[in-house]
Amino acid sequence: MAADNSKVDSLTGTSTTGHEWDGIRELNTPLPRWWLWLFYATIVWGIGYIIVYPAIPLGSSFTKGLFGYASRNAIEEDVAALNRLRGDKMAALATTPLADIAKNPQLQQVALAAGKAAFGNNCAPCHGTGGGGTKGYPNLVDDQWMWGGSLEQIQQTIAYGIRNELAESRQGPMPAFGKDGILKKDEISAVAAYVVTLSGRKPEGTADLAKGKQLFADNCAACHGDAGKGNPDVGAPNLTSNIWLYGGEQAVIEQTIATGRGGVMPAWNGRLDQATVNALTVYVHTLSGGK
Amino acid sequence: MSSADGQPKVAAVTAAAPVDLDVPLYEARKDIFPAAVKGRFRTIKWLILIVTLGIYYFLPFLRWDRGPSAPDQAVLIDLANSRFYFFFIEIWPQELYYVTGLMVLAALVLFLMNAVAGRVWCGYLCPQTVWTDLFYAVERLVEGDRREQIRKKQSGTWDLERIAEKILKHSLWLMIAWWTGGAWVLYFSDAPTLVGQLVRFDAPLVAYVWIAILTFTTYALAGFMREQVCLYMCPWPRIQAALTDEHALNVTYRYDRGEPRMSAKKAEAARSQGGAAGDCVDCFQCVAVCPTGVDIREGMQMGCIQCGLCIDACDNVMAKIGRPTGLIAYDTDVNVQRRIAREEPVVRIVRPRTLLYAGLIVVIGAVMSYALLGRATLGVSALHDRNPIFVRLADGGVRNGFTVRLSNMTLEPRPMRLEILGLPEARLDVAGVPMTADLSTLVEVGPDQTRELRVLVSVPAKLADIDTRPIRFRLTDVVSGAVAYADDFFKGTGSAP
Repeated sequence: MAADNSKVDSLTGTSTTGHEWDGIRELNTPLPRWWLWLFYATIVWGIGYIIVYPAIPLGSSFTKGLFGYASRNAIEEDVAALNRLRGDKMAALATTPLADIAKNPQLQQVALAAGKAAFGNNCAPCHGTGGGGTKGYPNLVDDQWMWGGSLEQIQQTIAYGIRNELAESRQGPMPAFGKDGILKKDEISAVAAYVVTLSGRKPEGTADLAKGKQLFADNCAACHGDAGKGNPDVGAPNLTSNIWLYGGEQAVIEQTIATGRGGVMPAWNGRLDQATVNALTVYVHTLSGGK
Repeated sequence: MSSADGQPKVAAVTAAAPVDLDVPLYEARKDIFPAAVKGRFRTIKWLILIVTLGIYYFLPFLRWDRGPSAPDQAVLIDLANSRFYFFFIEIWPQELYYVTGLMVLAALVLFLMNAVAGRVWCGYLCPQTVWTDLFYAVERLVEGDRREQIRKKQSGTWDLERIAEKILKHSLWLMIAWWTGGAWVLYFSDAPTLVGQLVRFDAPLVAYVWIAILTFTTYALAGFMREQVCLYMCPWPRIQAALTDEHALNVTYRYDRGEPRMSAKKAEAARSQGGAAGDCVDCFQCVAVCPTGVDIREGMQMGCIQCGLCIDACDNVMAKIGRPTGLIAYDTDVNVQRRIAREEPVVRIVRPRTLLYAGLIVVIGAVMSYALLGRATLGVSALHDRNPIFVRLADGGVRNGFTVRLSNMTLEPRPMRLEILGLPEARLDVAGVPMTADLSTLVEVGPDQTRELRVLVSVPAKLADIDTRPIRFRLTDVVSGAVAYADDFFKGTGSAP
């Protein structure tokens, strides 16, 4: 470029690009030398990077790089390091009897912290971040437990789940009295009206409460108890309290009797290790103060 | 920009003045070889150097017994446990305002020193000055005084002796720098333990990294950058110039005595004939000893760190030629003018500015001492559950969950009672802790620890439909009776949107 003298700017001696606007010519100022060297250095660096690190996609595979670096390995190393760091505390959580965890405030804090994290990851989608539950998914913060609120009962529920394919899981379906033809429609209305009275409320409509009571004794008391107080062994809820999993309105109760209920919960044994299950047990027990 | 015929005329105009193009944008560094000097201010500087470096290097080893539940290092920044220990003071991260207050105090002390005697900080106390001073001393010890250093530099020969000197000097510098970095990390961990780990090479990596960083910065700043730090990097000379006034004592050349400069003999002759003769013999000793290479006779300037070494150098010369000392001395701008006008010099240390700074120092110091002495060592904070905000209980009542954290900032375990105020019917339960007969809960918090509690507050069914009620957690130290409060809210079903 510089050879063409007509394109050399007379004032600075620098060649121009040949572009001209209103008599102003653009100087072809070379890039600063340091900038160029940096640029070349980045090219060299880039080539080195391609050689050393995984880089070029090859259909279903990719070049592995000189030292076999993989970000997944780095994560696994970090996780292993974290487990080494937690090591003895989590081991203590796995082996300490549940009742003794509370006696050791430090271990309890570990359990609560680990439990809170595990709850957020595994339980919150159904039970809510604070354990508040929603329709069909029990509230874990109130003072009523369908399957028992002791440490052992909670641990059993978490470890094996509810109404799943495992033999150890908690079983006890609420039959569909209407759908399966056990009770007729007016009988269901009578039972529902009677159930409403159990929690001290006045039923709607003109259902025969005496008939409802008799039907309750015949069909429901086996699980829910004569007084309707429930039975945690079969997950039969207390019908005399103010807490309703599917709703306490008379129409909803009728629906529950007619179509039955059978909420399931997965088993967490195997997916979570013993220490985490124990931590979750302690955390969930603490949410409501436990039983 | 174009004339009528459309031809550019700019070129002709700019071509006339291309003169400035070759001027470099940066001033080349001048070599400085400060000469050794003896005298009053040199002695003060040695003493301050010994005291400040002694504190810096040895303070981490000083022990201070705090009992079994706290470290016994007098000054320790315990990052892992979030504690700062300073002799009898221990502060937690949330009390960082004590450090802020200390910074404000330090700034005001700096202002006061500046109002009384100029750049005392720069000349005597600044780490840059102290370490550079030490490095210069090492340099003179190994390579000889100013004259020898200049001669060796100018001769340009690299014989074995010169190479050996350079190696020795840099080795000594690096050792000082390394010890500086080493002392730094001792403030962040138990010093004797860490020294042992460092010797056995099993200290944490971060310790070695910080030692390396501070070794490098000390070596670079005190060995090579030196006065450049003061001239180009430090903001204080600029701020100081804006803060100073005409009554501040600064290292000053007395024009009235010094000018006109001439040799001692000529001055004597001139004086005997009654002519004008200055005491300055233009020996340049003041420049020779200056660590920043300035000529104090040009007046107050940014390069002058007011270390007073030129005073020592000049006093020595004055003593030799039999003239009174003090040709260069601490003096004020006011007096420079007054002396030229043949008036009596005045020194006004006490004036509104110094009184204001001193007053502020006293007030802030008193407030901080008061806050520190009355520091609360008991703390409670409450966090209401966000989801669910409240739950219905089996009996129809309503319950709110809280996460309550108790802090025990003393070094002994303390039994505490947690109660709830504002809702007389409310019941307080702490998960895992039995409740006492008076509906409060007794818990113990370990020394220098916090404890998090899951707190459940319930009201009976008849109060279930209340809306939002303010409540207050009261934490009482059962032994000392000290109390702490945390305010929060209780929400009933009436608060639902």
